[in-house]
Amino acid sequence: MKPIQIAVASGKGGTGKTTIATSLALSLAEKYHVAYLDCDVEAPNGHLFLHPEFNTSTEAVIRIPRIDKNRCTLCGKCVEVCQFHALAKVGKTIMVFPQLCHGCGSCTWNCPEHAIEEIPNPIGVLESGKARQDFHYAHGTLTISEPMATPIIRQLKRLEIPPQTAISILDAPPGASCSVVETLRGSDFALLVTEPTPFGLHDLGQMQGIVEEMRIPAGVIINRENGDYLPLLEYCTKHHLPVMLRVPFERRIAEGVARGQTLVEIYPEYRQCFLDLFDSIAVLANQ
Amino acid sequence: MKIVITATKPQTDGLVDPRFGRAQYFILMEAETQQWEALENPAIAQSGGAGVAAAQFIIDKHVDAVVSGDFGPNASRALGGADIKMFLFSPEVDTVQSAVDLFKQDKLQQFK
Ligand code: SF4
Ligand code: SF4
Repeated sequence: MKPIQIAVASGKGGTGKTTIATSLALSLAEKYHVAYLDCDVEAPNGHLFLHPEFNTSTEAVIRIPRIDKNRCTLCGKCVEVCQFHALAKVGKTIMVFPQLCHGCGSCTWNCPEHAIEEIPNPIGVLESGKARQDFHYAHGTLTISEPMATPIIRQLKRLEIPPQTAISILDAPPGASCSVVETLRGSDFALLVTEPTPFGLHDLGQMQGIVEEMRIPAGVIINRENGDYLPLLEYCTKHHLPVMLRVPFERRIAEGVARGQTLVEIYPEYRQCFLDLFDSIAVLANQ
Repeated sequence: MKIVITATKPQTDGLVDPRFGRAQYFILMEAETQQWEALENPAIAQSGGAGVAAAQFIIDKHVDAVVSGDFGPNASRALGGADIKMFLFSPEVDTVQSAVDLFKQDKLQQFK
């Protein structure tokens, strides 16, 4: 059976998304076979909380063009079709800028002279292994500075996970960019972690737009809550977003997180909350 | 000699733009006659690869030199490959005209 795929996302960084995702994983791992994928490839940090031991490591590559000078007529078609400006026609050559190339293949397709072959170009490393309580853990790390997150996330999601996996939890990158969309693709449910502030609400609005467009059922977790923030609650009601968990703002939690502890380690009673949360997800995802 | 200066306004008495790939305008000038035209930078709204896109635009204009505040690694590789010389604004530069004057007096540092 295909595992149920839950993406944990938030509009911006620093909402405590990783705390929630790791706590969910730890809680569910007591009862189910869980796989955890840290898709925040520009700054993976789940391993700091879950301390996995990696036993496989593979290179993530994209295929970039190499121009055969003998065949190339300098027609410029490839430069024209490359939307990432990874090619330039400079004097009597076509220059390739590997750091800008997204490996989309458009240039190869459009070259009338078949003068382009594709060669592998490493963009990062994929690692997988086991974390505490025996659950599967995988992450990718970009090794180049350019924003090439989407292909590596795609490859991370294609890595093999143990066949008995019942639940896979994907920690999405912050923001509302293509890399978030890539993480959400194929997910059965999206948990949107937000803060009860105007900024949090603004970012939640962006995320809500994405999940609605992708037709992924979603729910909200309010983190660092300090009394009711009505605009947020009203927003959730209006957009039929169930508020699935509310975590108060507490010094003890903030300090624990700063020491590398997850929420369920700071407050073990949250474990049951996350198990209940999953039961609700299972219902909502099937509607 | 055809030169390009990066500018914030489409005129020669406007301030220069310190950025190359994301410059607002390119002032294209024939250094001897001082005849000029302002070109909008087609790369300004690019999310990535603005340096290369801007460089390609300049290369296609067959200019001899570009004067700007700085050049990124990709832009400089493309411009250099096309044998276009790159020069940097000095602290005295404010308007496009002042950059042209200093350039003609050979007072601007070449970017390598
Ligand atoms: S593969 Fe795509 S991004 Fe790379 S150079 Fe070709 S067209 Fe540009
Ligand atoms: S499309 Fe092919 S033939 Fe044309 S410039 Fe590019 S590599 Fe050369």
